[in-house]
Formats: sequence, structure tokens, C-alpha cells
Amino acid sequence: MPTLNLMVLVCLAYVALLFIVAFAADRLAATGRSTWLRSPLIYTLSLSIYCTAWTFYGAVGYAARSGLEYVTIYLGPTLVMVGWWWGLRKLVRVGRSQRVTSIADLISSRYGKSNLLAICVTVLAVVGITPYIALQLQSITLSFSIFFEEGTAGGYNDASVVFWVAAGLAVFAILFGTRNLDANERHHGVVTAIALEAVVKLIALLGVGIFVVWGLSGGVSETMARIDASPIGQWQMNGSRWATITFLAMAAFVCLPRMFQVMVVENDDERHLRTASWAFPTYLLLISLFVVPIAVVGLEVMPKGSNPDMFVLTVPLSQGQEALAMLSFLGGFSSATSMVIVAAMALSTMVSNHVVMPIWLSSQSDRASVSGDVRHVILLSRRVSIAAIMALGYFYFRLSGGGAALASIGLISFAGIAQILPALVGGLYWRGATRSGALAGLTVGFGLWLYTLLLPGLGGGLMPDWVLQDGPFGLSWLRPHALFGIEGLDPIVHSVVWSMSLNVAAFCAASLLSFPSPLERLQGAQFVNVFDHSSGPRGWTGSVAQSEDLMIMSQRILGAREAQELFQREAALQGGRGHLPEPTPLFLERLERELGGSVGAAAAHAMIGQIVGGSSVSVEDLLAVADESAQLMEYSGQLEVKSTELARTAKKLREANEKLTQISLQKDDFLSQISHELRTPMTSIRAFSEILRDTDELSMPEQNRYATIIHDEALRLTRLLNDLLDLSVMENGQVTLNMRDGSLSDVLDRAVSAVLAGAEGSLVVRRRRGSEEVQVRSDLDRLAQVFINLIANAQKYCDAPQPELTISVHDVGGQVVVDFIDNGSGVPEQAQSTVFEKFFRVNAEKAGGAGLGLAISREIMLRLGGDLIYQQGQSGGAFRVTLPLAGQEAAL
Amino acid sequence: MGRHVLLIEDEANIAEAIRFLLTRDGWQVDTHADGSDAVEVVCAAKPDLVILDMMLPGKSGMDILRELRAIDGLHDLPVLMLTARGQSRDRDMAEKAGVSRFMTKPFSNIEVLTAVRDLLAQASRT
Repeated sequence: MPTLNLMVLVCLAYVALLFIVAFAADRLAATGRSTWLRSPLIYTLSLSIYCTAWTFYGAVGYAARSGLEYVTIYLGPTLVMVGWWWGLRKLVRVGRSQRVTSIADLISSRYGKSNLLAICVTVLAVVGITPYIALQLQSITLSFSIFFEEGTAGGYNDASVVFWVAAGLAVFAILFGTRNLDANERHHGVVTAIALEAVVKLIALLGVGIFVVWGLSGGVSETMARIDASPIGQWQMNGSRWATITFLAMAAFVCLPRMFQVMVVENDDERHLRTASWAFPTYLLLISLFVVPIAVVGLEVMPKGSNPDMFVLTVPLSQGQEALAMLSFLGGFSSATSMVIVAAMALSTMVSNHVVMPIWLSSQSDRASVSGDVRHVILLSRRVSIAAIMALGYFYFRLSGGGAALASIGLISFAGIAQILPALVGGLYWRGATRSGALAGLTVGFGLWLYTLLLPGLGGGLMPDWVLQDGPFGLSWLRPHALFGIEGLDPIVHSVVWSMSLNVAAFCAASLLSFPSPLERLQGAQFVNVFDHSSGPRGWTGSVAQSEDLMIMSQRILGAREAQELFQREAALQGGRGHLPEPTPLFLERLERELGGSVGAAAAHAMIGQIVGGSSVSVEDLLAVADESAQLMEYSGQLEVKSTELARTAKKLREANEKLTQISLQKDDFLSQISHELRTPMTSIRAFSEILRDTDELSMPEQNRYATIIHDEALRLTRLLNDLLDLSVMENGQVTLNMRDGSLSDVLDRAVSAVLAGAEGSLVVRRRRGSEEVQVRSDLDRLAQVFINLIANAQKYCDAPQPELTISVHDVGGQVVVDFIDNGSGVPEQAQSTVFEKFFRVNAEKAGGAGLGLAISREIMLRLGGDLIYQQGQSGGAFRVTLPLAGQEAAL
Repeated sequence: MGRHVLLIEDEANIAEAIRFLLTRDGWQVDTHADGSDAVEVVCAAKPDLVILDMMLPGKSGMDILRELRAIDGLHDLPVLMLTARGQSRDRDMAEKAGVSRFMTKPFSNIEVLTAVRDLLAQASRT
């Protein structure tokens, strides 16, 4: 009979072996040469963590108690593997392309990277798995106690054994799961160790089974006869329980964090699923093959009242098969440890990533960028999480009293985890599923599960008996085992029916009623259409082909020569031959940085991910790329705006320059005009004054005439200078206007008499006195000056035989209009546009002035708030003066 | 050689002064005040010398000079050009167009007389 010390020694030796295997596998994986490590066989064996101590010990107990119902536990995963392998393939593809690290990560990722959802799933998983971990503790403790009771009598303390088992498993899980921090969360070593454990437990169970069938019963036919005789062989099927538990097993197989870990996260190649789809059901068949014989024989051989959960161990022991018992013990130990390790790893990843790290990061927002530090913190938080999860399991075990059958604890766990299923499957196949829907479904399902299954199942008075009996507050329809008055159902069936149906209903209703955010919508499309977005199945391992792809891509971005130099440099650094470096993480990191310098970090990450990860570009990557391009576009947009501004400024400058040139030309022109106008009278004056001075024999009339010419020309000079000054003052706006009220007819009287008085010529001025009685407010002297100029022009230039000037006054649109129309030929059409220019003269022969009169007049009228224009289409010369009425302020 | 001068000038007073001066010096002076038909008038009158004002109604003195120089037999016709616009650009243009003498207003009488005498003396020598 092995002693406890021996047992502990064997356990430690076994653990050491597992360590060596894991370590070797990790080393092998790091070199990248181990193809068998990535074989579908290892993958299939790793899936066997589905079979925990519950399966190893509990299935026999289950069969001993409830007959063939235990089959449902194996039926569920088999149905999923055979009937839903395409769904699993989608799950694996999504997990790979989204680089998810856990089921919480997957759910959160699908629904717009909602950390709230991740926390929700994490809490649900922790609460759901806690009974399961307690189950492993219980089974190990039980198996220890078997040996202990048989060995030394007395002194056995159940609680302390459980504590030490829990502590030992925690250390074990910490050592295994958090030895190092792998970026992609894949643990080749652990997976290999688990595969080994899978073999051990299969061999152990098969060994016990063979011993029972051939050793105890004496052959297959005898065994069959015994089964037929026993009540287990009776087909007593409870339909609703069957369906419910099969469904739970299916859901748990997909949703259990540890199953998700080995099936999706640790998956190396989605083609492995094809092998697993027949190999894993085969494994399940083998492991369940001898359950019934062991149960039947156990019931016969073992004394009444012995725990059927331990038959696998106690039957060989009772027959003195210590070696077989030891193997069986190791098988059970394997089942428990592998489950605990992977479950703790998966849960700690979730807790650490979604609960601890966000809190830590937000509290350390300043120093979070210190990368070395973060790594340390992540590892620490995972270790603490594992310890905490194990502690929870321990306390659950203490609380529940450890009396419940293994199978029922397992089912409670399954029912809790199954609440994730609607959000998961909905997320994979229904684009309309939203974050609110997932949250609602999870909350409702989780709440109902707590209320109807977990809390009533817990001993220790967490749920008082009267609540179970009469419902809370005496509301009988709220009784945990008979919600809404539906009674008589098995508690498991009752809970699953209610929680799952309301979960699905809440999920669908909230999804339909809420609108997904853009990120959610994009992620939804990425998930539902994952096969359109990601590349086909191929290994995720690095290869030379990838290096070539990377080279081609880099050449496009960096330029051929630069890329070649970079790759050669890296190859030399790796100490390899040839031009292409191995795509190690270090190299990829450097390359990403290098490319990031050219195309932006997000785009570089997405490009390298596309080639190396073989994964599709995630939505986050796409958004980041879009962000960067948006920034670039904005920047180029700004540049464009600047360049248009520059162009506009340049155009303005050019225009200003042209204007200045024009003004300068105009000024030159003006100056030479003035020069001409001044020099012309001066020429006459000089010439005649010299004639008067130098010529002696001039007659008196001649002297008189020449002196008169000199005098007139001098006056002309004076007039010219006055006009110029007038114009200059007017144009500069320095003129002071003497605004007065007055009668228009008075002003016209003054002007007409000033022109006609003492002038030769026959101009007849016609006026209509009646219309002239208009009061105007204006500078009356300036106005008279304009009128004088217009009348004098008519007098000078009207070429009719009997020149006439008609002055008429109208009121047009609140303004006074004075028309001056003569009966001559008028201003020639080509000259009409220039008639108001300075120095314009229609006919030089008749010129009395310098051609400034109309220019000055027009300037005056503009100053007075009116205008002076030439009217086309009249029979003769026609000028129109417009001026505001009295009472209307002149626009100065 | 003849002593026939054609004076093309629109300012009546200036024309009268120059006519007075030249007539007293023994020249026969015809005057014309319009630019537009000045070339025809020159061709018809066949003067020994033309005094041409730059700013004329109808056609500028510069254009008239160019047209005259383009006519056979008038290449060497002495042309004295007068201008009131004191711009050196005008002088350059006139010289390019083939002016014989360029004079800016106001001028002294003796300058005009001397210029006319010189030009006719040169013309008679060649």
C-alpha cells in the first residue's frame, strides 16, 4: 500500500516530467524546426482537456447513479465536432484574424471592442468556472483520501489537504502558464504537456477498464451479461434531461475558456480541425468505452455505501492491483491538473487583460509607456489572478461542503458558461447583433443562472430555504426552481430553459432595438464574413517565402536598393547565410518601424500582419490606416489651401503691379498732356513778346493784336492752372462743399446768363420754367459751375446752323434729372466713352479750354451725390445731370 | 532753290507768330491746321521745308512724318518738328522716323529762324 509520502513523491515526479516536456517543447518551438509539435495529433490530444477529473472519476459515478445519462457529456462535443466543424473553423479563423487572446477578448472584439462586455464575460467565466475548479480540488482530495484511509489511520484532515492541493495546483499553474509572456498567447510547451497528460489519462482509464473486463469479469461476454443484469443497463431515459445536458455539453465545449484556449488560441493551423473532427470523437469514445463496465463491476465488488465516483481508483485497489491503482491515480491527477492549468491560464489572461490591466494603466497613465515595466506588471497580474482563481475554487469547495456529486457540480458550471453561447454564435452569423444585445443577453442569462442554479446549489445558507420554498417576498412565481409557476422540472432543465431562452430573447430584442456603432458594424462584418476577408488556410509559421513577400513589399515602399540593404544587414545580424533574414519577431519589429517611417505605423503594422500573420487586416488596423490617411489628406489639403492662397496673393500682386504700371503710364500721359497744355500758350506768349521786343517797324494795330494774343494766352494759362488745381483737389476729396438749399431754376438762371452774357454766337436756350421749380440741397456755386460748363460746351461745339439747347428737368425715382440736349450732331460715337477724360477735346479748332471741363464737372456731380453722363440715342449732344432732392443727404 | 515753307500747326496763335517771323525773313509761308490730310497737302504744295507740329487733330505729326518719308522724292525733304510734350521719348521716335530737326516748345524766335536757314542751306548744298 503506497504511503502518502510516496503519493506526493510520485505526483512531484510526474509534475517534473511534465515540466521537462513543456520546456523541451518550448525550446523546440523556438528553433522553429519541430513539425511534430504542430501536428494535428497534438492539437486533438490537447482538446482532451475537455475530459477533466469529472470525466475521469465522475463519469463512472454518474453511470452508477443515473445510468446511461453520462453519455450526454460525450455526445455534446462529438455532435459539435462532427456536425458543426464548419462553425468551429469560422471561430478559429476569426480568432486568428482578430488575434484574440480569450473568449472574453473575442466577444468584446466582435461588439466594437467593448471592455465592458469583456469584463462581463470574464466575471461570468470566473463565477462559472469556480465550481469546476472546486470539482478538481474535490476529486484530487478524494483520490488522496482513498490512499490515506487505506494507509495510515487517523489524522486525516480533509480541509487542510484541499488547501494544500489548491496551493500546489496554483503554483503549478503559475509555473506553467506564466513562465514567459508570449505575444500571441500560444504556449507550445503547455500544449505538449497537456497532450502527454491526455495520453496518460486515456491509458489509465483503458488500463482499469481492461482489468475490470478481462481481469475481474472474465471476458467481454461475461461483462455484457453483468451489465444486462444491472439496473445501469436499463434504458431509463429522461428526455428533457438528455436534451438539456447534451445541449449544455455542446455549448460548454465551445464556450469554456479552457476549450477556447486550446481550440482557438493555441491553434496552429485551422486544417488541424479536419483531423480533430474525427480523432477527438474517437478519443471520447475510447475514454467512455469502459465507464459502464467499471460502474457495474464496481457496484458489485465494492461494499455498499462506497463512493462510486472513486470506483476507478478503489476497484483496482480493492483487488490489490497497486500499480494499476497508481496509474489510475496519475490519470485522475493528469485530468485535474491539465484542466486547472489551462483554465487558470485562460481565466488569468482574461482577468489580467480586461480587469487588472485597464485599471493599472488608467492609474499609471503617465508611466505606462515604459515597456519593460508593463511586461513585468502583466506577468505579476496573471500570477495574482491565478492565485485568486484557485482561492475562489478553494472557498467554493469549503462553502459547498464538498458533498455534492462531481457530475452535478460540473453541470452547474456548464450551464453558466453556456450563457456566452448566444452572443458568440450570434456574433459569428448575425451582423445585426449589437453590443447592447450581447450585454442584455449575458446579463439576463447570467442573472437567471445565478438565481435558479448556482445560489440554490451552494450550501452554506447563501440562499435561505424559505426563498426556495416560497419565493422571495412570498412571491411564489419567483421561486428559483419554479419560475413563473412552471413546476416539476428538473432544476438543471428548468434553469437552462429559462436562462437560455430569456438570454436569446434579450439578445435579439436589444440587438434589434439598438444601433451599432461604426466600429461594431465593421467588426460585425469582419466576423460574419471572415472567410471573405482573410486568406485561406495555411500555416502560421515563418518561412522563407514570407521573407520574400516582405522583401517585395519593402522594395515597393522603401525603394529596391534600400530594402535590399536593410534585409542583408538583418540577415547578417542573424548570422545566417544569404540575403533573406528569418522572419523573427525582432526582425519584423525593426522592419515595421522602418516601414512605419514611410507609410505610417498603422499601415506598416497592417501590411506586415497581412504577410506574416496570414491574417486579415483587423478593423482597428484599418481604422488606424484610415486615420493616418485622413491626416495626410488634411495636411495636403492645408498645403493646397496655402498654395491657392499663394496663387491668389501672387495674382493680386500681379494685378496691383499692372495697375501701378498703368497708373504710372497714365501719370506720364497726364504729365505730358499738362506739359503740352502749358507749353502751348507759353509758346505763343514767348514768340509774340519776342516779336514785340525785336521788331521796330510794327504798326499800332499789329502791336495791339499781338499784345492781346499775349494777354489771352496768359489768361488761358491761368484758367488751365485753376482747372488743374480744381481737379486735383476734387479728385483727392479735399474739396469743401458749401451745401445749401436753393431753387434749381435760380441756379440755371445764373448759369445761362453767365454763358450768354457778352458772348458772341447765336445759341438759343429753351427752358421749361414750370418743371424747374424744384428745391435742391447742394453746393449751388459748384452746381452752377457744372451747368455753365455744359451750356458753354453747347455754345462752343453745337454745329447746327441755328444752335439750340433744350434744358429740361424731371423727377426720376426720387432724383432730380436735368437734361441738356442741343440740336447739333452730338459727340461722335467712338468719342462718347472718352468724353469725360481729362484733356479730351472733340475738335481742336474750336478748343477754348484744355479739355478739363467735363472731367471737372463730372467729378463735382459725383461729390454732390449725383452724376453726369452722356446720353446716347438723342438727336444731338445730350448730357444728363442727376442730383439728389432737398432733404436727401448727399453721399459724401 | 525755293524759299517755300509749309507750316502744319493747329494752334492759330503759334502759326501766326511763325508765319510772321519767316515772312519777314523772306520765306513764302503756307499754313495748314489739320493732321488728317496733311500728307496730301505736302505732296500738292511741294514745299522746300515743312514745319510740323507733333500734336495735331486727325493725325499725329509722327505718323505724318513716317508717311512722308515713305513717299518717293520726299526722303530728303527737310522737316522741322515742334512739340509741346517735353518727352525725350518723342525725340528718339522722331529721329528714328527721319526728322531733320526736333525742337521743343516754347522756343525763341531766333532758334526757329536759324533752324530753318540751316536746314535749307544743307538741302541746297546736297
